[in-house]
Parts: sequence; structure tokens; C-alpha cells
Amino acid sequence: MTSSAPGEGAAPRASFVNIGERTNVTGSARFRRLILAGDYTAAVEVARQQVEAGAQIIDVNMDEGMLDSEAAMTRFLNLIAAEPDIARVPIMVDSSKWSVIEAGLRCVQGKAIVNSISLKEGEAAFVERARLVRRYGAAAVVMAFDEDGQADTAERKFAICERSYRLLVDHGFPPEEIIFDPNIFAVATGIEEHNGYALAFFDATRAIKANLPHAKVSGGVSNVSFAFRGNDRVREAMHAVFLYHAIAAGMDMAIVNAGALPVYDEIPEELNVRVEDVILNRRPDATERLLEIAGRYKGGAREEVTVDLEWRRAPVGERITYALVHGADEFIVEDVEEARQGVAHPLDVIEGPLMDGMNVVGDLFGAGKMFLPQVVKSARVMKKAVAHLEPFINALKAEGGNRSNGKIVMATVKGDVHDIGKNIVGVVLACNNYEVVDLGVMVPAQKILDKATEVNADAIGLSGLITPSLEEMAYVASEMERQGFTRPLLIGGATTSRAHTAVKIAPHYSGPLVYVPDASRAVSVVSRLLSETQSAPYAAEVRAEYDAVRAEHLGRQEVADRTPIEEARAHPAPVRWEGYTPPVPHRPGITVFEDYPLAELVERIDWTPFFQTWELAGSYPKILDDPTVGPSARPLFEDAQRMLKQIVEERWLTARGVIGLWPANGAGDDIDVYTDETRTRVLATVHTLRQQTPRSRGRTENAALADYIAPKASGLTDYFGGFALTAGLGVEERAKAFEAQHDDYSSIMVKALADRLAEAFAERLHERVRREFWGYAPDEALDNESLIAEKYRGIRPAPGYPACPDHTEKGTLFALLDAEANAGIVLTDSFSMLPGASVSGFYFSHPDARYFGVGRIDRDQVEDYARRKRWGVAEAERWLAPNLGYERRR
Amino acid sequence: MATKHAARQARIKALHEALAERVVVLDGSWGVLIQGYGLGEADFRGERFRDWSYDLKGNTDLLNLTRPDLVSEIHRQYLEAGAEITSTNTFTATRIAQADYGMSELAEELNREGARLAREVADSFTARDGRPRWVAGALGPTNRTASISPEVEDPAARNVTFEELRVAYYEAARGLAEGGADILLVETVFDTLNAKAALFAIDEYFEAIGEALPVIVSGTITDRSGRTLSGQTAEAFWTSIKHIQPLAVGLNCALGPKELRPYVAELARVADVPVAAYPNAGLPNAFGGYDESPESMAVELGAWARDGLLNIVGSCCGSRPEHTRAIAEAVRGLRPRTVHAHEPVLQLAGLEAVEIGG
Repeated sequence: MTSSAPGEGAAPRASFVNIGERTNVTGSARFRRLILAGDYTAAVEVARQQVEAGAQIIDVNMDEGMLDSEAAMTRFLNLIAAEPDIARVPIMVDSSKWSVIEAGLRCVQGKAIVNSISLKEGEAAFVERARLVRRYGAAAVVMAFDEDGQADTAERKFAICERSYRLLVDHGFPPEEIIFDPNIFAVATGIEEHNGYALAFFDATRAIKANLPHAKVSGGVSNVSFAFRGNDRVREAMHAVFLYHAIAAGMDMAIVNAGALPVYDEIPEELNVRVEDVILNRRPDATERLLEIAGRYKGGAREEVTVDLEWRRAPVGERITYALVHGADEFIVEDVEEARQGVAHPLDVIEGPLMDGMNVVGDLFGAGKMFLPQVVKSARVMKKAVAHLEPFINALKAEGGNRSNGKIVMATVKGDVHDIGKNIVGVVLACNNYEVVDLGVMVPAQKILDKATEVNADAIGLSGLITPSLEEMAYVASEMERQGFTRPLLIGGATTSRAHTAVKIAPHYSGPLVYVPDASRAVSVVSRLLSETQSAPYAAEVRAEYDAVRAEHLGRQEVADRTPIEEARAHPAPVRWEGYTPPVPHRPGITVFEDYPLAELVERIDWTPFFQTWELAGSYPKILDDPTVGPSARPLFEDAQRMLKQIVEERWLTARGVIGLWPANGAGDDIDVYTDETRTRVLATVHTLRQQTPRSRGRTENAALADYIAPKASGLTDYFGGFALTAGLGVEERAKAFEAQHDDYSSIMVKALADRLAEAFAERLHERVRREFWGYAPDEALDNESLIAEKYRGIRPAPGYPACPDHTEKGTLFALLDAEANAGIVLTDSFSMLPGASVSGFYFSHPDARYFGVGRIDRDQVEDYARRKRWGVAEAERWLAPNLGYERRR
Repeated sequence: MATKHAARQARIKALHEALAERVVVLDGSWGVLIQGYGLGEADFRGERFRDWSYDLKGNTDLLNLTRPDLVSEIHRQYLEAGAEITSTNTFTATRIAQADYGMSELAEELNREGARLAREVADSFTARDGRPRWVAGALGPTNRTASISPEVEDPAARNVTFEELRVAYYEAARGLAEGGADILLVETVFDTLNAKAALFAIDEYFEAIGEALPVIVSGTITDRSGRTLSGQTAEAFWTSIKHIQPLAVGLNCALGPKELRPYVAELARVADVPVAAYPNAGLPNAFGGYDESPESMAVELGAWARDGLLNIVGSCCGSRPEHTRAIAEAVRGLRPRTVHAHEPVLQLAGLEAVEIGG
């Protein structure tokens, strides 16, 4: 090793530097929305996307009137400091407020750039700030801005930069750490003086680079194209052309949307010429001529719709893999047939090219490079391929028996009708060469166990969505134990959890038992459970984990004191009754909606849960632009839109509903619903549960839904409402038809859309209740986002959900509404609604009514509730099991 | 006062001259020696803190007030072994680190006394042989980090802010300078943002007194990933602190000489100031001790010097005056690393450094 020689630096020497502009609330509407909404997780992803797209520095700006900009700057920079793949690049701290810049500099360990300082407030302030920039160890962007304003001519730009340079260098500021921003202004604005702005920038840049040694030049490029807002294609071309000439003039770095810059050479000739005319101010009619053609490049023009069939030239094995990975089914039968003719046995096609392809899919899925909708599409291709081969396999009466990885019996438990999640898991397992025996929904325990014995299943999978299903699963587990089963038991579904499995199911079954949180885990769990070598240690490991969870859970429960119910009742939800007159329904009694127009529901759909169904995380609409899942979310959304159109136009589904509004008064924790305004005869009593959470933990109340109805003693005449509706009539037939065509993707899709339509229907009816039928908010005008955000007056809690966790209250509600006759919805033994795409609930109109969770309740309330419901305590404990704050005696 | 000031100016001038002609030797660790005295709670408390409400055993910097005799003795041992720069016993003497002992208000006094003791011993050696000895006022990293969240759930959380660090370092720097330090040594930097707060405070203090002392900034590469605890490469670290225009930049602690060498070489390549290195005496062994003998360490560091990597050399955790003696022997008469001026290029850094040409 010899002594150090300069110039052989390990740090990359960049000749032109892209500064990512998207983490700027003034420049990116999306980033502004995220920051204002406090969604810093998504905001951090914007920074990551910029770096991944090639930003070598990221510009962070939090200048927004509605924001505590210092706090936002601090929080955001602290967050990205924790992300090594973002924090590896330097930060440009961007603000017009000095206090925000300082807040930023105090968070940055690296050498940052301040954007910006200038002579705007005179020499003294300029020099002082430059000194502080230096003390913080940053470089500085210096704007061509002085006491008289921003410079717009080349001469004035250079003059200000030169004056700034002299002052800085005289005060010891290193010249190489001065980065001039000689102001990029919009051109082609229609104002003649603006036409020369780009040229002025180029000229000033040349003068700076020639006369001010070591100084750098930067600028915010998107300003130049402001006149073409809304036309990204033209804007990007303008940026590319501007940069091409600016770099030639000596520009060192630019703030750009990293990743959205077209290559200068790839701009179509016609566009390039006219953009260049504008940028270089080459002819007086340049703006008009660019406007003439701009329309042609607007919007989606960039996505040229050409089907790329290049992959068809590859060998058949590669074509099959391509078709599986891309979910492309149009050639699969032809390719599989070609493959079949080349092998001795049709099974070789399955075990050869098809499994090879599915392994690629599995690897990509496991690595997070493919997402569920794509995998389900792959499965569709796989099923079509297998369907083509089956007759050949049968004809040969293939020996060799069961060649699958294993056999899984799956079912949604008794009383529950929800099966989307279960079906997805089934598809994913089938893709991985497991044989899935799906018993469907509402399957009694014994039927599941009999089937498992009959087919000699390697494992049993149970699913459920509603809370009573948790009890049923525990029952299935105890029956398995009693009947001497040792097969692995898998638990899944939206209400299940690791803690629930550990605490409530594991004690009942001594065989292998695993909670499967989502479809993506199903394969790894099953493969380990069925592996000869891994099975026992894995089961033991999980068992030990659940023992620990259970121990911890029980330990925690002992200290989780509940407030005695009498004391809780003394602290009801704060509801203002003085001076309040409950609104009288405009249309009291029952109103039935036969065949509600689906078209009216489409616009009310809340799409975020739709993506959750497909295990794509993120909220709509920003999920469509998400760098990770966006590429999966978009085609899924397009498919959904296409099917939705068919559902509406071809009337695949029927929506029916019923609402009721009745005179009512509160009676303790119950609500008495009267037959009529005389309020003398009770039609039905709705029972509610009260929170018993200790108030010392930041809570001031122990709410029950009954608190929102005026008590009889108040003398007020109040009202109470209920609804039951469905958008699922017809969905089962559609889903079955798709499954018959080996199209699980569409089968799951139609069910997921029916669910969304039912929720939209509930939202729409609630809106109409507020505006018309109850009519207490006739002038309410909210857009869909505000509706989703529940910005209206009144609530519609559903039995079985946190505010009223007892599912059996659905029985009372259905009786009040005669929902079976009026809406075609049936309640199962577990009070699950059939069809599955149904929603029911109560209406409360008081402005103070809020959603809440009852949480854990104590034995005193359970005993009291049992008396009110005319139940035994054991029955009450069974129905309220998920909410018990104590161990049941058995 | 005036003569004191002039004496320091003369020493600083002599330091620059020394760096131009030889590898200057820095002292070693305090830990092993202090442990050797087997001090108890009463030694740490002394008379003055007899009734202090916190346990004080282990607050090594407090010995500046309660056992100044031992502190002077250690300085003496190192200077006798051949160290030319001795660093003050003030590694944890900031109001932030001293909060553990309820002694935040004493932080400045600990620094002033620490510097005064070192100065006294250094001056006594100079008086003996006429050769200059320098006192480096040690500013440790504190026990908190401004760039890393202490909470798993909230990556934006911090348990110390830049401003708190700036205030703490300002008074520590003032104490050291007033007590007689020639150099301010911002050392064991595991989070560059902490160091930048220290440098900010130092620069403010220099402005206040109208005079700048030489500053050495020494980072810590925590493991063989080649990064600081807060994730920077050695080059990014240099880029992020070079605005203070330090007398030298270096690396210390955490690694032994074998493991540290590539990063010292990296600094030597990128820095246009002298380079300092004071590695640990190896990596801690199973018993928490250090295995690198004075001889083996001297062989290694002597080779660095011959390869032109070093301007200042010493040792860190696990070392004793014997190490210093062997290292001083090994580098005696060797040419120091040649410091090249670099062309002015804009250098920036996140966790990694980038240069922008043109």
C-alpha cells in the first residue's frame, strides 16, 4: 500500500445528478395528501420510489400552510434515516422558511444541501445564513434572487450569482459547495416575455460555469412546463429537451421526477421539434404549434396497445412458464397439447413443464414479486391445462396413485357462510400441487371429520368470518381430540388470530395445530406440516409458541380489571338530551326495496376492502400507484370494473333490502321498541352490552348503544331503526358457473364484488334514511370519500361487530323487519346471513352517537345480560365468548 | 492569561510542525489502568460527594474531582511511555451522559478539571526535556444517539435532540479549553449527527472566544460491515464532518488493528488532512479482556505507518502504557503519511458519499 493519491475515490463521481422531487408537498399533490393525512408510511415509500427510480439526492419540502412544517420535516427525515436504502443518498432540505431548514439540518447525519438561501433579505441575512449552513456542515443552493426580486434575464441572473459568489467566498464558504439556481420559469404561457426564459437560464448557466470557479448549477425543471399541466407526455418531453440543453450549458444537477424522464432520443420527431422550438424560442408561433399537437399526446397515448407475441417463439416449456407467470390462458391448451405429444405419459406434462412453471410462480409469490390476483390467474391457467390433460390421463388409467403433495380437507364451519378467504387458500394450495377437498360453507363438525377419514386427508383446514365461528372451531378441535384424530388442523379466517388459536383452540387438541394468517403462508405451513422430517419439530415449535402466548395472555388477563357493571352504568356515553328534540321519521314503519338498482350502488363502493380481500395492502385510490403492489392492483381493478359492468348490465345479481323506523325509548342497557306512537306496547326489546373498560386508562365513559336512545324517564319521544339488505342474490350460481370453467379467479371476483355492492347498498340506504326516510339531515351533501370517512350524523352498528358483539340480536332485528320475507335473507344457526353478501344493523340518529368497541366484559354483566335475554349464564357465555374478560368455568 | 494564551499558540504551532515531520504518538486506554486500582464506591465519592444520592462507582470522569492523584498518575505513565498527546479523562463528561449519576450540572467542571490535570502533567514533562506535550480534550459520543430510534415501534422517535447535544457539547468544550486543552478531540463517533452537534457547538464556542483550537474527529466503525453504528461508510463520515476543517480525522475503538486497517486506508485515501488511528488491543475475548500484546500491536501499527497511512497513532480499549511504548518505538523515525490537497469537488453524503464533478 502506497500513500494516498487523490482522485481514485470510491465515491461515485457523478457528472449529472438527478434530485428526486416527489417528496415535496408543494410539487406533488400525492405527497401533500399523504403528509396532511399523516400517512408517513406511504410518504416514506415515495422517497424509496424516488431513490429506486434513480434519484441520487432527494429534495424534501414541507412548506404547506396547513402543516406544522418544522415537525413534519423532523418526523419525515427521522423516518427515512431508519431506511438504509433511502438514507444512503444525501438529502436536500428544501424550504422557504429558515426555521424549517434548521429543523431539517438537525436531523441529517450526512452532508446535506440547503435549498435555499439568497440575497432576497439583504447581504447581512445572507451571510449569516451561509455561516450557519456551513456550521451545520451543509452545501447551499443559492437562488438568483436579490433585494429587488427574482432575476429573469440572463444578465441579472448572472449578476446576482456573481455577487453572491463573491460574498460567500470572501466569508470562507467553499466555492464547490455553492450551487446556483438561476431560476427556471414557465415558457409557452402565452405571454410573450416568457418565451425566452429557458434561453435565459442556459445563458446564465454558461456564464456561471465560465466565470465562477467550482460553483455548481441546479434548478427545478418541472417549472418550465407549467403551462402544460395535465399533459404529462408533453411536459416530460419539455423536461427532457430542457435538460438536454441545460446540461450542455453546464447544469450539474436538477430537481426532477426521477423515473419519469423520457430519453431525449426517444421523443417522437414531431413532438421533439415543436418542444425544442418552444424551449429555444426559435419561432414566434412556437407555442401555438406545440398546442396544436399537444392534444394528441394527452393522457393514455403513451401506452401503445400492441400485443407482444414475441414469447410465442420460445420453446414450449418456456411458453408454458410464461403463460403461468403472466396468467395468459389463450394459448395454454394448444401449448399443453404440444407438450403432451412430446412425452411418454400425459402426467409428465404436469410434473414437468407445468410444475416448473408453477414453481416459478411460487418463488415469485414467495419473494413478493407476484401478488395474489396474479397467482389466482396463474391457477386458472393451470386448471385449464390440467383439464385438457385429464381425459388422456384417465384413458391411460394412470397407475402411480396419488402423486399430489398431500390432501387437505377444507371447510367453512357450521353457521358461517363466508368462503372467499378459504377459496383463495384452496386455490393457492392447489397451485402448489396439493389436492384440496373443499366441503363448502356451513359444514357441521362431524361431516368434516367423516370426510377427512374417508379421503384419508393429510390435514384439515377450518375457516370462518363471524365470531361464533370461533366457538365452533374450538368445538371441531375438541371433537377431533375425542375421536382420536392426530391429523394437523389449520385455522384461518378474518376473525381468527394467533392469540385466539393459542388460547381457545390449542387446549382442545393435542395434534398439530397451526394458525394460518393469510393465503401466502398456507403453502409453507402445509408443506412443513406434511414433511416427514420437519413435521414433528415444526408442530412442537408452534405448540411451544402457543403455550407461551397462552401463558402471557392468561397472565395479562389477571390484571385486566373490569369496572363493575353498576359503576359502568353510572358513566354512560356522553349524550346531550337537554334541549334536544329527537327527529320524527318521515316514513315510520317498514319500507321494502325490491330489486334495488345496482347502478346506483356502483359509485358508492369503498374499494379499499376489495383490495384487502386480495391481500393487497394499501388504500384506494393510491394503491393503484403504489410502486410495489400497484402493478398488481391496477389489472385487478380493471378486471373488477369490467365484471362490475356486466353484473349491472346483465343483471347477474339482485339487491334487496328492508328498513324499519320505530318509536323507541331507552330502558337501562336495553332499548324498548314500541308498536306505535302510544308507546304502550313493546314490540321488541333490543339488548345492548356496556363497556367495562377501566376509565382510569384515558377513558371517561363506559358506553352502551342504549345510551343513544332517550330514556323513557326523559319524557322525550325517541326513535330507533334497523335494516337488512343483500346484494348477493344470484352470486352462488355465477360463482359455480365460473368454477365449472376452472376459473377460480372470476369466481372469487364475483363474490368479492357482491360483498362490495352489499356494503355500498348499506351506505346508500343509510344516506337515504338520513335524508329521506328518517329525514333528519335532508340537506346533507357528502362525496363518497366523506361517506367512507363517516362524516355524517348518526351511526349504523351491526350485531356481531364491536359496538354490539352479540350476534343473536340479529334474530330480534330480523323479526322486526321480517327480513327473510322482505329481503330474502336467511339466518343460520350461528346467525350468519345467507347469502353471504348481506349487511344488517341498527340505526341511531343522535348527533353524539359514535362507534365504539364493547371490549372485554365481566361476569357480573354476563349474568345480568343472561337474565335480560332469558338465557342461562352458560348460554350467554357461549354467545359472548370472544368478549369474556374472564375464564369460563366448564 | 496572556502568557498562557501565547504558550498554547506556540504549542499549536509546534504540533503542526511535528505532524509535518513524524508520526505523532497519542496515548492509550484508561479503563485497564483504572480497574487496576480496584477503586470502591468511597473512592469515587470522596469527601465532596459522600452523601450524593446516586451510586457513583464507575463514573470514571468523577475521579478528576475525587482522586486527581490517580488521574495525574495515569497521564504521567503514558507520557513516560512515549505518548506526546495525552487525552483528558472526560469521555463521559457531558451533561447528557452524567445524567446517569445526577451530575449533569457538574459536567463543565469535570471537563475543566480533567484538562487542568492533564495540562499540569504535560507541562511538567515539557519542563523536564523541553519537548512539547499536547493535551487533547476528549469529547465522547454520549450514551444517546440523535439518528437512531430507541423504540422499535416508532422509527421517528429519538431520545436526544441535536439541540440538547449542542448545549451539552458547548459547555464541555468550554470547560476543556479553559482548563488548558490544546486540541478538542471528538472521539468514538458512532453517530455522525451527534458529532455534527459537537462540531456545531465547538464552532460556536470558537466564534465566541475569537480563536479556533485544532479539532480532531475520530469515528468508530462498529463491525466488519465497515459502517458506523448509524450506518455511514468511513468516506461518508469524513464527508459529513470535514466542514470543521479538522487538524486530523481518524478512527478508533471497536476493532483491533487487523480489522480496522481497511477503513483507515479508506480514510487515508479520501481525507485531505492528517489521519489518526487508535484501535483497540484486539477484539474482546470470551472473558472481556483484550488479547493483542504490545508487541503484536506495534508490529501491525508500524506497518501502517510504513505504508503511509498514519499521521497520529495510539491505542484504545484494552491497551496499557506498555502498548504505547511499543507503538512509539515502532513508528519512531518513520515518515508520516503525505497529506495531499484535493481538487475542490462538491462532496455530499447520506450513508454513502457521492462526489459531483464539474
